[in-house]
Amino acid sequence: MKKYWHVINIGIQNNLTYRVNFLFRAVFGFVPLLATIYLWRAIYQGKNGADVAAWSLAEMTSYYLLVTVVDALTAVNDDDWQIAADIKDGNVSQFLLKPIDYLAYRLCLFLAGRLMYLAVAAVPVAVFIFCLRAYFIPPGGVLVILEFALALTLTALLQFFLAYTMALLAFWVLEVSTYILMLFAFEYLASGHLFPLDLLPPFWRGLLDYTPFPYQLYFPINVYLGRLPGPALLHGFLVQAGWVAATYVLARVVWARGLRKYSAVGG
Amino acid sequence: MPPAPASLAATLARYARVYAALWRNSVARELAFKSNFLLWIVVEILWFTLQLTFINVIYLQTERIGDWTRWHVVLLIGASQFIQQLFQAFFLTNCSQLSELVRTGKLDFLLLLPLNTRFIVSLRQVDLGGFFNAGVGAAVMAYALHQLHLAVSPLQIFGFLCVSVIGVTIHYSLMLLLAAICFWTVQAQGIVWGYYNLFNVARLPDEAFHGFFRVFFTFAIPMLLVSNVPARVLLAKLDSPWPILQLVLMGAGCVLISEWGWRRSLRRYTSASS
Repeated sequence: MKKYWHVINIGIQNNLTYRVNFLFRAVFGFVPLLATIYLWRAIYQGKNGADVAAWSLAEMTSYYLLVTVVDALTAVNDDDWQIAADIKDGNVSQFLLKPIDYLAYRLCLFLAGRLMYLAVAAVPVAVFIFCLRAYFIPPGGVLVILEFALALTLTALLQFFLAYTMALLAFWVLEVSTYILMLFAFEYLASGHLFPLDLLPPFWRGLLDYTPFPYQLYFPINVYLGRLPGPALLHGFLVQAGWVAATYVLARVVWARGLRKYSAVGG
Repeated sequence: MPPAPASLAATLARYARVYAALWRNSVARELAFKSNFLLWIVVEILWFTLQLTFINVIYLQTERIGDWTRWHVVLLIGASQFIQQLFQAFFLTNCSQLSELVRTGKLDFLLLLPLNTRFIVSLRQVDLGGFFNAGVGAAVMAYALHQLHLAVSPLQIFGFLCVSVIGVTIHYSLMLLLAAICFWTVQAQGIVWGYYNLFNVARLPDEAFHGFFRVFFTFAIPMLLVSNVPARVLLAKLDSPWPILQLVLMGAGCVLISEWGWRRSLRRYTSASS
């Protein structure tokens, strides 16, 4: 276990180099977010403040603020690109020789990256939320915070395993960035980055229930906002945990198959 | 002393020949990775579809934003895509590679060429997929106009193309300015990536915004002008020539500032130890 602590430590130090990048990322990231919030405000004004599909203006604003929070805590940064590069450049070979598990190693680096990102982004995010505090809904109690924390943990794992599996495509194709960006596009829409998913027509909303995407963002936000009644909450957690397990197994299987293809180019 | 007319023509002809050679290079490069070329087009179409989905979902909930109806905004998103993709075709790859040129010291080779450095840095590569994607944006605009039952005069189309060129110029000037930060920090990919976030502002209707946000993204970073003004030209949604004037002035301002910033940045270049 100790060796993985070292990995986290190294990961944090590596990421320190990118702190300016992180800061820019966090600050620039607010621009479209703020634009979307203003856009919704204009829409609510046009409707004289009536709810949009059972979302009040405060809930809608909080939704987008929570998108930032969940993103800062759980989104993969460039872990997937790095993994793909490791495979392409043959760097994976050294992990096959060492008593260290590549998936666990990457998970530690992902964790370290999130910690650093959080350290850098916490201040701008907090300032941003403070500026919009009139529209920000505080959590509904200690229980909700605990539930939110659990949902976030599962979300982070789900995000990581999906990105990891996707990056393993590098065993088969030379250039994975297009595939990663395609998946990212789907995630962007289907996880609820652009708008709360229940604004979609019921058919599409129902379809998404069969994918892991809503559990990457939409679900934890709803947990925070307390929009899920007891049974739905439990059901949500079970499905989310199911997806985490499924993507973990998938990641392991794809890795095992990929290694058979692996030829250590340049390694 | 300004160059004599004959030599100016000769200079232009020389630059045209160089640029033609750069084009041939880019075509050869794309042909070498055909499937990758097609996949990138698919990626761009996916993201474009995403934007259209967003607007369509929003218009499930409301009839209008300001006085922009659904097809107005679809046209705006098409115009934004058209301008952004032309910018990507000509400039984006080159701007985003600047930090790599500085970090590795490869900029040395470009400085040594008997050419204007900004010219060669900005136009080295052409991203041909961008032209296709700009065409997709144009097709969406045409469809939106059809849905709106609007007839567009040739003069409007000409005006649209002119203001679009200004839009592309603004994107390019600001992007180069941002990319030039790499002369100070070296690690500038995050900054270039950040510009992508600004595109998101460009495709929203200006009327949704008020106060500081509106002023900032009109007069400081004119994102609310680059595609809104072209879209308004096509939609005949201009009450006064004032927005066009704003776009022209802001465009000129961006060009001047980026040239100034570029020169200052280049002076900081010390090459990389080899």
